[in-house]
Amino acid sequence: MDWLKTFLNSSIGKKFLMALTGSFLIIFLIIHLIGNITLFFGPEAFNGYVKKLASIKPLIRVIEVVLFSAFLLHIFNGVRLWIENKKARPVEYKINGSDKNSSIFSRTMFVSGSIVFIFLVLHLGTFFWRFNIHDPMNLASQHKYYEIVTHFFSYWWYVLVYVIAMILLGFHLNHGFQSAFQTFGLNNKKYTPFIKKLGTIYAIIMAVGFASMPIYFFLIGGAK
Amino acid sequence: MESKKLNLKLKIWRQKNSNSVGSFVDYNVTVSPDASFLEMLDELNNNLESQGLEPIAFESDCREGICGTCGLVINGQPHGPIPRIATCQLHMRNFKDGDTIWVEPFRAKAFPVIKDLMVDRSAFDKILQAGGYISSNVGGAPDANSILIPKEVASEAFDAASCIGCGACVAACKNASAMLFVSAKISHLGLLPQGQPERYRRVERMIKVMDELGFGSCTNTYACEAECPKGISVKFIARMNRDYLAAKLKASKSEVA
Ligand code: HEM
Ligand code: SF4
Repeated sequence: MDWLKTFLNSSIGKKFLMALTGSFLIIFLIIHLIGNITLFFGPEAFNGYVKKLASIKPLIRVIEVVLFSAFLLHIFNGVRLWIENKKARPVEYKINGSDKNSSIFSRTMFVSGSIVFIFLVLHLGTFFWRFNIHDPMNLASQHKYYEIVTHFFSYWWYVLVYVIAMILLGFHLNHGFQSAFQTFGLNNKKYTPFIKKLGTIYAIIMAVGFASMPIYFFLIGGAK
Repeated sequence: MESKKLNLKLKIWRQKNSNSVGSFVDYNVTVSPDASFLEMLDELNNNLESQGLEPIAFESDCREGICGTCGLVINGQPHGPIPRIATCQLHMRNFKDGDTIWVEPFRAKAFPVIKDLMVDRSAFDKILQAGGYISSNVGGAPDANSILIPKEVASEAFDAASCIGCGACVAACKNASAMLFVSAKISHLGLLPQGQPERYRRVERMIKVMDELGFGSCTNTYACEAECPKGISVKFIARMNRDYLAAKLKASKSEVA
C-alpha cells in the first residue's frame, strides 16, 4: 500500500482527497435539504421524518460514521494544504493583484470552510446532541423534534449565525463544485461551462434552502 | 513625431543578495510612451550608473516574448496588467502620466531572489530533468508521415508546447504552485505518440520533484491561466491529474514509490 500513501501525500493526492470528501458532502447536503423541507409542513411531517430515520438507526449510524470521517478528512486535509500552501510563499507581495486574475470564492475557501466548521460545531451541539444524546427540555424523548428546532429558530442570534454560515457555505460550494471536477481531471470545453453554471445554481439552492428555514420560523415567531 | 513623455513614480524592490533583507526604493522617471517596460528600466539603469550607483538587476533575453527570461510583478500582476504578453512586450503607453508603479520579483519559496528583481528559477530545470524529455534511439530519420497524428491532437500538443517556462504561473498562484507549467510540459509530450512509452513514469517523476522543491498545491483559482503570457489552459492541469491518478492506479510496479 506504499503507492497509496505516496499518492495521498502528493500535491495531487491531497487535492484528490479534498475533492472526494467534498463531493460526498455535496451529495449529503442535497439529501439533508430534502429531508429538512418537511419542517415547512408542520410538526407531524418533520417529527414523522425524524422518527422514520430513527427506525433505521443501524443504517443511519453507519452513514453518520462515514459522514463524520468525510468531514474530518476534509477539514484535516484542508488545514494541512492551507498551511503548506502558505509556506510555499514565505515573503508576501506588497501589492496583491489576485482580484484581477481569480474569483473571490476561489481565494476564500479556507475562510468560508472555517466559518462552516464553526457553524457545524454549533449545529451538532444543539440539534444532534439534543436529538440523540441529551435534551434538557425533555422534548426529544417525546419525539417533539420540531419543537426543539423551532425553539432555537426563535433566537435572533442563532438565526443570524445560521444565515451568515449558509451564505459562506454558498461561497464554498460555488467554487468547490466545479473545482472537484477539475481535480478529478474532468475539464473539457464541452461540459465545463455547464458544470460551472450547475455549481453556481447548486450553491444558491443550498444557501437559500438551508437559510430559509431559520428565517421563516424566526419571522413567524417560533412554531407554526 | 515625439509623443508626450510620461512622468512616473517607480517603487522597485532592491535586495543585495539572497540572504539580505530587501526593501522598496523610489525612483522618478520620465519616459516615452513608446518605450517598453524593460527599456524604461534600461534608461533608469544608465542614469544610475552615470551617477556611480548600483544598477537594478533584472533578467531579459529575446525581448520579443518567446524566451521566457523576463518576468516582473508589476502592480501585483506577473508580466503586468495586459493579458497574454511577457514583461518585455509591455509598453509604457499602458500607463498614465503620474502613475505609481510597484515592481517586485516573482515570490515563491522555490524561486529564491538572487538580487533585486532576479530570481533563481532552476527549480523548473530540475523538474524537466526528472521527466520532461523523450528517450529515442539515434539512427536514420524516420519518414515524416510514418507516424499518424490527428490534427486536433497535434494542435493541442502545440498549445501545451507554447509554454515558455517563464514562471509567471507560480508567481500568480496564491499557493506558488507550479502545476500549470508542469502540466504543460507533461501534456505536450504525453499527447504525442513519441511521448507514450514514458507517459506514466514521466508524470510520477515530475510531480515527485515538483513537490520536493517546495511549490504549493493547486487550489483551482485559475490565476495562472489568467496571467500566463501564452494563455496555457488549466485543462492541462486536469489532464495531468488524470495521468497521475492513472499512473498510481496501474498494476505495473512503479519505480517511483
Ligand atoms: C458541507 C460542508 C462542505 C462541503 C460540501 C465542502 C465541499 C468542498 C469541495 C467540493 C471542495 C473542492 C475540492 C477540490 O478543489 O477539489 C472543497 C475544498 C475545500 N474545503 Fe470544503 N466543504 C465543506 C466544508 C468544509 C469545512 C468545514 C472546511 C473547514 C476548514 C472546509 C475547507 C476546505 C478547504 C480548505 C478546501 C480547499 C480549498 C481549495 O482547494 O481551494 N470545507 N470543499
Ligand atoms: S505555463 Fe505560462 S506562465 Fe507558466 S511558465 Fe509556461 S508560459 Fe510561463
